[in-house]
Amino acid sequence: MTHRGDRALQVAGLARVEGEGAMRVRVVDGRVSDVRLEIYEPPRFFEAFLRGRRYTEPPDITARICGICPVAYQLSACQAIEDACGVEVGGAVADLRRLLYCGEWIESHALHVYLLHAPDFLGYPGVVELARDHRDIVERGLALKKAGNAILEVLGGRAVHPVNIRVGGFYRAPDRAALATLRPALRRALDDALATVSWVAGFNFPDFTHEHEMLALVEPGRYAIERGTPRTDRGLTFPVREFETHVREEQVPHSTALHAHLAGCGRYLTGPLARFALSRQWLSTAAAQAATAAGLDGGCRNPFRSIVVRAVELTYAVEEALRLIDGYEPPARSYVEVPAREGRGYGATEAPRGTLFHRYELAADGILRSARIVPPTSQNQACVEDDLRRFVQDRLDLDDRRLTHDCEQAIRNYDPCISCATHFLDLTVEREPA
Amino acid sequence: MATPTLAVWKFASCDGCQLSLLDCEDELLALAGAVRIAHFLEASSAVADGPYDISLVEGSVTTAGDVARIHRVREQSGVLVTIGACATAGGVQALRNGADVEEFRRVVYARPEYVATLAESTPISAHVPVDYELRGCPISRAQLLELLGALLAGRRPRLPTHSVCFECKSRGTACVLVAAGTPCLGPVTQAGCGAICPAYGRGCYGCFGPAARADTDALAPVLRVAGVAGEDLARLYRTFNAAAPAFRAAAGRAESAAGEATDHEGGGDDPPR
Repeated sequence: MTHRGDRALQVAGLARVEGEGAMRVRVVDGRVSDVRLEIYEPPRFFEAFLRGRRYTEPPDITARICGICPVAYQLSACQAIEDACGVEVGGAVADLRRLLYCGEWIESHALHVYLLHAPDFLGYPGVVELARDHRDIVERGLALKKAGNAILEVLGGRAVHPVNIRVGGFYRAPDRAALATLRPALRRALDDALATVSWVAGFNFPDFTHEHEMLALVEPGRYAIERGTPRTDRGLTFPVREFETHVREEQVPHSTALHAHLAGCGRYLTGPLARFALSRQWLSTAAAQAATAAGLDGGCRNPFRSIVVRAVELTYAVEEALRLIDGYEPPARSYVEVPAREGRGYGATEAPRGTLFHRYELAADGILRSARIVPPTSQNQACVEDDLRRFVQDRLDLDDRRLTHDCEQAIRNYDPCISCATHFLDLTVEREPA
Repeated sequence: MATPTLAVWKFASCDGCQLSLLDCEDELLALAGAVRIAHFLEASSAVADGPYDISLVEGSVTTAGDVARIHRVREQSGVLVTIGACATAGGVQALRNGADVEEFRRVVYARPEYVATLAESTPISAHVPVDYELRGCPISRAQLLELLGALLAGRRPRLPTHSVCFECKSRGTACVLVAAGTPCLGPVTQAGCGAICPAYGRGCYGCFGPAARADTDALAPVLRVAGVAGEDLARLYRTFNAAAPAFRAAAGRAESAAGEATDHEGGGDDPPR
């Protein structure tokens, strides 16, 4: 028998996350002794089988790492390969990439805010049960998600694994009329996104703050999405090509995802909280006003309030998409020629859940010699575990059922994508004798 | 009659096919009224015990644990439907099949001993009987809704097994292979996507897997004229349905043809695959 000071909490199949994982917390003598975010999603070996492929293939192949954020993979891959080949993509083609990425941010953030995370705050197991009591709210979330998916469908051909993206640009650039069809839904989406910020800002948030260093891409002048320079809130900055010098991945026995640390600094956080900390001065007007109204002016270090930041970013992505559509002039050519050459290339973009890094090495004939991918969830894993450790320690008076529920919510703060990280969740809390 | 129960299961995959269910924004709440969602971890933490009337299975089998799990899913399921290229053909992760998985494990993981995996990624049908399959990487939302609608109405779903070419014709897309010389797998790939790629000026890359009676031998010379043969042709077939028998065989023939051509030319410095 265990006595009161010893507990073992576990969730063997975390819900409302992308992919599969578990959580295990062990409490011995009233102290949290061990916290593990276990990722048991089976490995799929992308970095291994990318070797021997043509340099034109990573955008399509790596998209399949994640069905929620395929555009992040496609555009990090394109950027890395273009870097290896010494080609830069600008102008209208670059604007179309940003528009496509806005579509993914809208779709993914709406999915997370409404379908995955909000049910936690309102005490529902999922969106279907939430819809029984608040159908209008769920319909608003689905309309937002649909507006994002519509961008992906018009510009990319389909919402999951879009087909119109190639190294150098797009197979076909849309005409102004095609993009204009997106405007009415996006105008409604802007109102819906602003309503989302007010809605989630009114949730009850546990009193909790993190002390993680935060890393995001920064592109002075605008909120970084599809490109930028890595920077942390403690002043570290480095070019994308030095990512692997500063970010070290290590393997832990309980996970098929690698854990990333900043060399010499330790754990760090990437994603909406980090982006907001580093780039909020560049938010668009409506998004900035919504952030102020939501009480985010002093910054946000409470991971539970990440849902508010996500809603602010949702607003930004909608405004930015409208701006890009209004200013669009079709490019003379839908892509830039990217001739193969021997070399290494590096790419990083801001996936909805954080910075996504790719590196490829090409032979002179365009065949890939090596590939390396660092997804956001493996970067955040150490932070999630640290949050859980501190969170559980302060709430040991709660019963197992309540504590387990709160821990799951704490994990979902990070919108973990386990499919991405495998290379994630069940919750087990073990309370055992010392 | 009681409301039918629906379960969604995940094996090795990217989550994109089950996301397609949540992407049915206009139909999701109506569907949630017509079925009882009893197990769908990506969408709800409420899990009901089986048996389940309809099971949608995403992903391929890549671990010993998953071999046992798919049998448990089958035992608890009335109708079992595999959704997407991973579940129907092994998916992109079947690119390990025939390769040295031990070496793969060392490339990706510093401590390979922590990672459990099987040598091959296999489709669900290699382990248990499957009632219906939805092809695609990802599946088509329209086909998913057709299938669920048919199952709820008690009729057979209409899931064509003809090629993508029919879909280009029906949407009025000029043939990219004939008109522009763009390499295209449409003639040997099963319909269902709506022929999206050719509509964007790109050749089909076979993400719905082989059509019924796919004649890859007849397509080979046409693709050669379009500039794709040998190793490149093998790579074209070896993507998201690499382990589907017709595509696997076509890739193998393309590769051995490339080997013979290289022998004649006395070259042979092709990079190792």
